[in-house]
Amino acid sequence: MTTVTELTLSHLRSHHRTSLQLDERPVALFGANGAGKTNILEAVSLLSPGRGLRRAPMDELIRRPEALGWKVTSVLKVGTSVHEIETWAEPGHSRTVRIDGKAAPQVALGHIARIVWLIPAMDRLWIEGADGRRRFLDRIAMSFDPKHAPTVLAYEKAMRERNRLLKDMVRDDHWYVALERQMAETGITIMQTRQAAMDRLLLAQDGAETAFPAADLSLIHPDSDLPDTADAFAEKLKESRPADLRAGRTLFGPHRVDLAAVYSEKDVPAAQCSTGEQKALLISLVLSNARALAEDEGAPPIILLDEVAAHLDTARRAALYDEICALKAQAWMTGTGHELFEELESRAQQLEVFEEDGVSQVRQ
Amino acid sequence: MSAPNDLENLIDLMARLPGLGPRSARRAVLHLVKKRALTLIPLADAIARVAETARECLNCGNIGTTDLCPICESEKRANGELCVVEDVADLWAMERAAVFKGRYHVLGGTLSALDAIGPAELRIPKLIDRVTTESISEIILALNATVDGQTTAHYIADQLEARVKVTTLAQGVPIGGELDYLDDGTISAALRARKTV
Repeated sequence: MTTVTELTLSHLRSHHRTSLQLDERPVALFGANGAGKTNILEAVSLLSPGRGLRRAPMDELIRRPEALGWKVTSVLKVGTSVHEIETWAEPGHSRTVRIDGKAAPQVALGHIARIVWLIPAMDRLWIEGADGRRRFLDRIAMSFDPKHAPTVLAYEKAMRERNRLLKDMVRDDHWYVALERQMAETGITIMQTRQAAMDRLLLAQDGAETAFPAADLSLIHPDSDLPDTADAFAEKLKESRPADLRAGRTLFGPHRVDLAAVYSEKDVPAAQCSTGEQKALLISLVLSNARALAEDEGAPPIILLDEVAAHLDTARRAALYDEICALKAQAWMTGTGHELFEELESRAQQLEVFEEDGVSQVRQ
Repeated sequence: MSAPNDLENLIDLMARLPGLGPRSARRAVLHLVKKRALTLIPLADAIARVAETARECLNCGNIGTTDLCPICESEKRANGELCVVEDVADLWAMERAAVFKGRYHVLGGTLSALDAIGPAELRIPKLIDRVTTESISEIILALNATVDGQTTAHYIADQLEARVKVTTLAQGVPIGGELDYLDDGTISAALRARKTV
């Protein structure tokens, strides 16, 4: 299993210096609003590639007024191997990663630990724009295949270049062909990885005994089905060039794909479900993701669940805790009161987070 | 104690050079001053001469001291092969290996619509011109494996492949390299480009 055994936050948001020693059990963080619970989850999320669960600019994480920069140090146990991870950013700089004392690219973090999360900002995932759902799907795809992240970056870079040509009304066909070829090669890989991730998720969902609702998932493209070879993809981009020139942006490709979900039992689209049902669907997908990873990798991922307990009735909450414990996953959960985690009893490490003179403190 | 103004100025200038920082610049300047006759004066003369004479080759973009660089001047190098590189440093790296016997074309960067660097900024029109005037039989693209590098490679290939053979450098396991240290992308490229022993 994947476990954070040591975690130190230095000058990160409300934390001056917080040091935690942990075992393999789930971690329940409770305390008043603004005590700094989510900041701890955010620190754990920074042990994976990207900007963390709040998608915040690195400078925003810096504790004020000191403004010295922030640092997260951690010891991660994955199966039998142990890794020391350090990540930090100084003001005005992007973040740096060291794994076992050696400088490493952020992408390398994805190969060490899989981390999945659910935060309150995702509560409106099914009713807001497709952007958030694509990002959600891409994170799942990345958890199965860490190479998905650099492929998405390469696709987006080529697309931004093409969009600039479209905006500037550049008419150089060769330049478009060069960029479209890159978009086609990476775009096809992105589509295949997303499809594989979705299939894997559905498979994990099918075979599971769970208290959470199943979702029928599908990928939807606003215009038509996407081509399945890079050549056909490049041809399609070429065909859509006149329309793209009029729009000033690329109207076709995996960046327009949406993830649709239907609450299986009721046959109702997720967007039309109640708030509670939508939340339950998200939890269900995160658990399926964790289950699939546990089967494929032999180790469940670290699961970060911010303010999840408060939205669930007692029975569902108990079911969630039981499923997490059955998965043997180190889940990090936050909630305002200790009573939210009572059902967990000694199955979890209960930590109280509180604020004292503007500094977050943790009582273990 | 800090150095007098002129020396401090020299240290500042040296510290801007690639590979040097303030500390190493200070050491280098001290060394120069101590070895005035042996190093400082010859270096100052050499820099003054290069400042006077260094220029880009009008044909390929290499840096030399004459209008045409020695490679473009040499008839022996006119074997029909033209190696396209991003930067003069890449050309020098190729020359160090001393295996390529053809000529070069330095683009001076890569295509980047976001940075407003188009074909005209990159000596690409000159490259297309050279294919005809120098009877080129093969264009070898030796560009970086980045998004911009590959876009530029596709761009050139798309323009020229109907007229001339266009090839690109292989990607894979470096000589003396260990598989354990390679990233996944390099390993899969090497596997795709495998050959019979």
